[in-house]
Amino acid sequence: MKPARPAQALWTYFVLGLLFGVVITKGEMISWFRVQEMFRFQGFHMFGVFATALPTAILTVQLLKRHRTHALSGEPISIPPKRLGTGVRYAAGGAIFGLGWALTGACPGPLFALLGSGHTVIAASIASALAGTWTYGRLRPSLLH
Amino acid sequence: MNLEFLFRPWPWYVAGPLIGLLPAVLLLLDNRLFGVSSNLRHLCAAVAPWGTDYLQYEWRREGGWNLAFAGGILAGGVIGGFVFANPAPVDIAESTRAALQSLGVQDFTGLVPSGVFTWVNLLTPGGAAVIVGGGFLVGFGTAYAGGCTSGHGLAGIADLQLPSLIALAAFFIGGVAGTFLLLPFLL
Repeated sequence: MKPARPAQALWTYFVLGLLFGVVITKGEMISWFRVQEMFRFQGFHMFGVFATALPTAILTVQLLKRHRTHALSGEPISIPPKRLGTGVRYAAGGAIFGLGWALTGACPGPLFALLGSGHTVIAASIASALAGTWTYGRLRPSLLH
Repeated sequence: MNLEFLFRPWPWYVAGPLIGLLPAVLLLLDNRLFGVSSNLRHLCAAVAPWGTDYLQYEWRREGGWNLAFAGGILAGGVIGGFVFANPAPVDIAESTRAALQSLGVQDFTGLVPSGVFTWVNLLTPGGAAVIVGGGFLVGFGTAYAGGCTSGHGLAGIADLQLPSLIALAAFFIGGVAGTFLLLPFLL
């Protein structure tokens, strides 16, 4: 486990989060309308974002892994592999999340950005998302993973 | 000086590549794995850790950076969606607009339908299902799947992990199902 970071580092992450928040907001990723357009396969916008974000992410992460062993902080770069197991958690959990994404029009990042953009009722969505996460924790021993 | 451009929405070819850089940037800085939904777990661990081992860990140490990131997202929403909010409706396809109109959506100004996402609508069964029920499914589903659009969809895929590909496919299957099987009864 890594040691806690000083406040200065927290500000770095706050600023990165802020940039991310501006991009997903101005890029309309947080728009319920755009999400509906995507799930109805009637517009290219959201698919265009994924189709450019994914290759960028794959390319930069693979390059990073190939050319650097350590992060700038000195920490070794290592990404823990996700255990496949039966795969049920990814299929079932993913589908349940997808249902919620269609209803609220927002995944976790956009929930925070929507609240910031003045849609105060999203606070109720965030509270219920917390209840959902808590419920998962409670039921976890009896769920297939 | 004409500052009108600050209020305009950004096209996909600007937003996409910028978002795509984040997993590598976080790894490069301090070997951090991009994933927003972890914050739901951290917040639960901070607020209500009782009753489950899942929330028994040092959330401050493990999740401090990520909670700062989430706070940043909120601030980014203030800047992008409030201070420099696009005054025009989101430019969705005509077919989507027609489909949503037939489901009863009337107001197309703003990022979300203002008739749906209001405190008053929270008191109707349909509104509560969309706002609270939808939020619950998001929180439960991401925790069960071990990640959301960012953690699986971006970071996991960027690391070429099969579980993340399964999760991303499932996100879409659930999303399409929710759109065609649930939303028509709730709007």
